[in-house]
Amino acid sequence: MNTTFVERKQITEEITADNTQLSKQTKISVKDLNLFYGDKQALYDVSINIKEKEVTALIGPSGCGKSTFLRTLNRMNDLIDSVKINGEIIIDGDDIYRSNDVIKLRTKVGMVFQKPNLFPMSIYDNVAYGPRMQGIKNKSKLNKIVEESLRGAAIWDEVKDRLKSSALGLSGGQQQRVCIARAIAMKPDIILMDEPTSALDPISTLKVEELITTMKNDYTIVIVTHNMQQAARVSDRTAFFLSGEIIEFDETSKIFSMPNDQRTEDYVTGRFG
Amino acid sequence: MVVRENFENSLQELQTKMTEMGELAISSLEKAFTAFKTQDIELALRVIEEDNEIDDLEEEINQFAIWLTVKEQPVARDLRKIIGAIKISSEIERIADFGVNIAKSAIKIGSEHSLISLTQLESMKDACINMLQKALQSFIDENIVLAKEVGDMDDVVDEYSNETYKQLTTYLSEHPEETNQLVQLLFINRYLERTADHITNIAESAAYLIKGRRYDLN
Repeated sequence: MNTTFVERKQITEEITADNTQLSKQTKISVKDLNLFYGDKQALYDVSINIKEKEVTALIGPSGCGKSTFLRTLNRMNDLIDSVKINGEIIIDGDDIYRSNDVIKLRTKVGMVFQKPNLFPMSIYDNVAYGPRMQGIKNKSKLNKIVEESLRGAAIWDEVKDRLKSSALGLSGGQQQRVCIARAIAMKPDIILMDEPTSALDPISTLKVEELITTMKNDYTIVIVTHNMQQAARVSDRTAFFLSGEIIEFDETSKIFSMPNDQRTEDYVTGRFG
Repeated sequence: MVVRENFENSLQELQTKMTEMGELAISSLEKAFTAFKTQDIELALRVIEEDNEIDDLEEEINQFAIWLTVKEQPVARDLRKIIGAIKISSEIERIADFGVNIAKSAIKIGSEHSLISLTQLESMKDACINMLQKALQSFIDENIVLAKEVGDMDDVVDEYSNETYKQLTTYLSEHPEETNQLVQLLFINRYLERTADHITNIAESAAYLIKGRRYDLN
């Protein structure tokens, strides 16, 4: 077969792109996960493979189980007495519900919440809080972690001259990025985000979205969002939840352009929910 | 309450505008061909004049589609529908221009003794109108069968066109004194063949709306 230079270049690029896809390992493997709040079942046989260094978005109407699912990934649901879970969640080869080291798990799997939840202390102390709890006392080491984390959360330039001021004096958008810095300071592999921009203004939202896009070079990110345009903008793959089940999980471009399931189509086009 | 009722109504309005534009283009082709066949210069001039209306409607559809995109942030089928409207209105505009071209050829031929009987041009025109109706219906009803039929009919138009080309060029070599009219007939042959191609593009847009992937019907 004779191929032109342009065709050959295109073929090479396609193969490279395929290889990049293949080389991405599964970071979180969930199999047949069921979750009950007392007698009420909230998740039904959820199975999903989340790839490393990708952004995976979880979408679906209120009460569909997406936040419940997110919280299973770092065992946040352990705090609720009536919760029963069966099935398995494997992160880096370990079933997280068979291991008792929740501290280690939550170091590896950081979390950012809907509303910024900084401690009433300085910006510096907020970011240094986790590393200090881990026993890091060395001042220069802490300085380095704080700076790197704030840079990683794209907020360093805005706060570098006021590190000792109260974190609560920052705007909502800035506080949320400091929360992300605080999560990064623990050097996690995975960051869970539960509607991280729902309390922010549009510009702060875009800044956090930009940040998420750059962070995926270093972290595996799982984000719950009600904002479908946000899911389309920031994520590589999207899972659509409905009534505790995953209806469809695919590349984000597929979910928002040509979903397989009519229920997904109805949801992303705003016909229900 | 129907969720996104306003958006549904707007999409409906968009389709109504497209249907209206399609009807105007069909009328333009019909009138241009009648003007050519009956050698009616007045009618030909009217076709040229009325083309503005189609151009305006294309602009209106584009503006409406852009505003809907901004306002509703459409995805999936909604997005394909709006993109389809933009692409199809541009194809219809081009088809109507071929109507104008045929009208101009009719004016150039004037009152010379008509050689239309040598050609398959009328069959081509009829096929084109039938195709355009089917292609638009395919988009509006999301009917893939109609889109495929349009693709098949394009092959028939191509055959008519090749046949007409051969007949006209053969006649030309024997009757060089008829060159003026024969050149115009060859042009009209080309315009109708291209019209069918543009209609096939409409059917491809319909197929994309329905199936979410590209089909080559040409």
